[in-house]
Amino acid sequence: MKIRVIPIITTIFFIIIFILFYRGLENSNIYVPKTNINKQIPTFNAKLYNSSEEVSSSKIFKDNQFYLMNIWSSWCVPCRDEHGFLKELSDEKNLKLIGLNYKDNKESANKFLNELGNPYDIIFSDPKGIIAIDWGAYGVPETYLIKNKMIIKKTIGPLDKNSIMEIKEIIK
Amino acid sequence: MKIFKLLTLFLFLFSFCSSYAEQEKLEQKITKNLRCLVCQGQSVHDSDTEFANSVKLLVKKKLNEGLTEKKIYDYLKDKYGEWILFDPKFNKKTYFLWLLPILLFVIGGLLIFKLFIIRKN
Amino acid sequence: MASLIGFYSLVFGICSSVAIIIFSIQNFRNPKKLNEKILILTFLQFFLVTISFLGLIISFVNSDFSNETVFNHSHTTKPLFYKISGSWGNHEGSLLLWLLVLTLFIFLFILKSGKQPTQYRILTLLFQEIIIIGFFIFLLKTSSPFNYIYPIPEEGLGLNPILQDPSLAIHPPILYFGYVGTSIIFSSSLSAMVVNYISKEWAKHIKVWVLISWIFLTLGILLGSIWAYYELGWGGFWFWDPVENVSLMPWFALTTLIHCILVLEKRLELTSWVIILSITTFTLSMSGTFLVRSGILNSVHTFANDPERGLFILIFLFTLIFLSLFVFFFFHKKETNNKSSFFLVSKETSIILNNWFMMYFLSVVLVGTTYPIFLDVISSDKISIGPPFYHKLIIPFLIPFLLAMTIGPRLKWIKSDLSDKFILIIFFIISLLLSLYIVKTLKIDFLINSILISFVFYLFFITLRDFFNKKYNNLSQNIAHFGFSLFLLSIIFNNILSSEVITNLKVGDTFKSEKLKIYFENITQKNEKNFESFVGEFVVENSQGDVFIMKPELRIYNQPNIATSEAYIRTSLFSDKFMTMNLVQNQEYFNVRYQIKPLMIWIWISVLMITLGGLMSIIKKNEN
Repeated sequence: MKIRVIPIITTIFFIIIFILFYRGLENSNIYVPKTNINKQIPTFNAKLYNSSEEVSSSKIFKDNQFYLMNIWSSWCVPCRDEHGFLKELSDEKNLKLIGLNYKDNKESANKFLNELGNPYDIIFSDPKGIIAIDWGAYGVPETYLIKNKMIIKKTIGPLDKNSIMEIKEIIK
Repeated sequence: MKIFKLLTLFLFLFSFCSSYAEQEKLEQKITKNLRCLVCQGQSVHDSDTEFANSVKLLVKKKLNEGLTEKKIYDYLKDKYGEWILFDPKFNKKTYFLWLLPILLFVIGGLLIFKLFIIRKN
Repeated sequence: MASLIGFYSLVFGICSSVAIIIFSIQNFRNPKKLNEKILILTFLQFFLVTISFLGLIISFVNSDFSNETVFNHSHTTKPLFYKISGSWGNHEGSLLLWLLVLTLFIFLFILKSGKQPTQYRILTLLFQEIIIIGFFIFLLKTSSPFNYIYPIPEEGLGLNPILQDPSLAIHPPILYFGYVGTSIIFSSSLSAMVVNYISKEWAKHIKVWVLISWIFLTLGILLGSIWAYYELGWGGFWFWDPVENVSLMPWFALTTLIHCILVLEKRLELTSWVIILSITTFTLSMSGTFLVRSGILNSVHTFANDPERGLFILIFLFTLIFLSLFVFFFFHKKETNNKSSFFLVSKETSIILNNWFMMYFLSVVLVGTTYPIFLDVISSDKISIGPPFYHKLIIPFLIPFLLAMTIGPRLKWIKSDLSDKFILIIFFIISLLLSLYIVKTLKIDFLINSILISFVFYLFFITLRDFFNKKYNNLSQNIAHFGFSLFLLSIIFNNILSSEVITNLKVGDTFKSEKLKIYFENITQKNEKNFESFVGEFVVENSQGDVFIMKPELRIYNQPNIATSEAYIRTSLFSDKFMTMNLVQNQEYFNVRYQIKPLMIWIWISVLMITLGGLMSIIKKNEN
C-alpha cells in the first residue's frame, strides 16, 4: 500500500503546478500599480510655473470641487497626443485643471504651451520629479481626478477618448 | 610565494577601499532594494531612467529629513504597492516563500538520515 | 527561395523522425543489433534540420524580407555578423537552433554508444524522438521561422541593439548545447530504467554527457554574465533576474548529478537519486524555456509573448514530466544490495552532503523564481523577489557547504580516517586569522560575512596546497574546487570593495571628491553604418595620482531607433574601472556613473577554471 501513496502524491503535486502555471499564463507580466485607488492626495509645497512663488497644495485643492491633476513634460511624446483631450476638458466648468510640469526646462515647456495652447488653470513645476513620486506616478503622462482631496480616478499613460468620456461622466 | 602575492594583492585592495559616508552607504542599500517601475528588471540604483533618478533624489531627501530606512520603504510601498520592494517582508503572504526552502532542507536532512545512517544499524 | 527550402526540410525532417520511430520499434522487438537504417535516418534528420537552419541564415544574409522572421529581426544596414547571429537572436530562430542541437546530439549519441546494449540505445533514441517531434510540431505550428509575408516589405525592422554584441551572439548556441545535453541524460536514464540497465557501466557512459552538458551550460551562463556586465551599463553581472535563475537551476541539478554519479559509478549506490536528478535536470531546462518563452515572467530579457506558444510548451513540458513519472514508478527497481553501507566519515557521506546543500540552493532559486507567479494566481498580490532574498537564504548555508567541500575530497570511499589532521588545522587557523584581519581592516560588522570569508579561504588554501601534493592526484576535481573558492573570494571582495560615483556632468565640468577627480573633456560624434555614436572623453585622477582617460559611448541605433550606452572598461588584474554615461531628458548634462570593481577579471577566470576542471575530467576518462 505504501508504494502507491508516493506516486499519487507526486502526480497530484504536478497537476497542481500545471494548473497554477496555466492560470499564470493569463496574467500580464508587466506590473502596473493599481489604478482604482481611493487615496488621500499628498500635501506638498511646490513652485508655481509662472512665478517663483512657493505654494502649499492645501491652499489649492478645495473641497466640493473636481480637479484634474495632469503630469506632463515637453519632452514626452504621448503628452503631445493627449493635449487635445486636456483642452477639451478645460472647457468643463466644474473641473479645474492642474498641471505638474515634470523635469522640464522652462524654454521648451513655454514653447510647448505656446504651440499647443495652455489648458491648465494652475501649473506647478517639479524639476526633480519628487512631487510626481508623492503622487505615485512613475512616468509621464499620468492623470488624477480629485474630489474632496481624494483621488477618485487615475490614468497611467496618455488620456484617450474613452478616459475623457469617463471623466466627463463622473464630474456631471 | 603565492601566498605572498596574494597578501600584497589584498594590501593593494585595501588602499582602494573608500570609506563611504554612512548615509551614502545607506542610500545605496535602499535604492538597491527598490525595483524600478520603468525598466522592470532593474533596481532603482542600477537604472538610469528619469523615474529611478528621481527616486534616488527622493531617498536622499527623506534620509536628510531624518526618516528611517523602514519609513522610506513604507512610504514607497504606500505609493506603488509591495511590488517595488525587492526584499519581501515576512508576512502571511510570504510564509511559504521564506520557509519552504528551509523546510525542504530539513526534510532532505531527515531523508538522508533515515536512508543512510539508520540503515547502517 | 532559401526560406522555401528551409521550410520543406523541416517538413521532411519530421517525416524522418516518424520513420525513425517506426524502425526503432521494429528494431526494439528484435534487438540483435542496431538497424543501420536507424543510424542513417538520424543522420538524415540532423542533415535536414541543418539545411533548414542554413536556409534561415541565408535568408538573413540576403535580407530576404519576404520571410517574416527576417523582416522582424533584421535590416539591410546591419553588419554581416549580426545578420547571421540575428537568425538565432529571436524566438523562432532560437527554437530552430534548439532542434538542430537536439538532432545533432542524438546522432552523436547513436554514433558513440556502440558498446552499449542495443535495446537501451534504441529506447533512448525513442524517448529523444518524442522530444524532437515535440519541437518539430512546436516550430511548424506556432513559431515557424519561414512564414511568408506579402507584399514584401522594402526594409526590415532591425535587431534589438543590445543583442548586437559578439558575446550575446554566441551565448545562445552555447547555452543550448548545455540544455539539450540534459535531454540526452533524461532519455538515457528513462531508457536505462526500462531495460534495467542502471549499472556502473551506464554511469560511466552517461557521465561524459553529463560533463559535456555541464561545461556548455557553465560557459553559457558565464557569457551571459559577461554580456550583462559590459552591456547593461550598471556594472553588475548577476542580478537574480528570473531569466538568469532559470539557467542557474539546471546548472545546480547538473552539478549535483556530476557528484552523485560518481557514487553510482564506484559503488552502485544512490541509483534512484541519480535517476531523479537526471529527470529533474532536463525538466528544469525545459521549464526554463517555458518560463522565458511564455512571457509569464517579468524580467529584463523580454521575448515576444504569445500565450499560444506558452500553452504549447506548458503542455509539452508536463507530458514529459508525467511520462517520466510513469516510467519511474512502474519500471524502476529499488536498489537491492542494501547490505553495503556507508560509514559516517567517507567520500560518500561528503558527496551526499554536497547533494543535500545543492538541492537546497536549487530549491531557494526555484521557490524564489516561481513564487511571485503562484502568489499572483492564488491571491493576485504582486511581489518582487530580488537579490536580498537569495543572499539571505544562500549565504549562511554556504559555510557548512564549503567545509564539506574542503574535507570531502580528502576522504576515501566506504570508510576513511582523516589523514594529516595537523595540516588541516593549521590551514584553518591561518584562514581564520586572515579573515579576522580583513574583517577588522574593512570594518565589516556582519558576522556571517566574516565566517564565510574564513571558510572560503580555508577551501582556497587547502586546494591550493593540494596542487603540490602528489597524494591527491585528482587534478580535475582540484582545479574545479580551487576555481570555486577563487570564484567566491572574488565575488565577496568585489562586493565589499566596489565603489561608485554617480554624478551629472556637462562638457568642461569637473567632479571632485577626496578620492577622485573626473573631468569631462569633450564629446565627439561618429557615424557608423548602423548607429550614430557619441563618445565622451573623461580624464579621471584618483587619490594615488594616477591619471587615465575613460571613453564611454552613447549609441543611437537607426533600426530600430534605440539609444544604448556602451560602458568603457579598463581592466587590470586587480580591478576594473567602469564608466557609463547616459542622456538626461532635456538637459545639457549627462548622467555619469563611474565604478571601481575589484577582482572582476578573477570572477571570469575562476569560472573558466571550474569549466577546465570538467574538461580535464572528460579527457582523463577518454584516456582510461
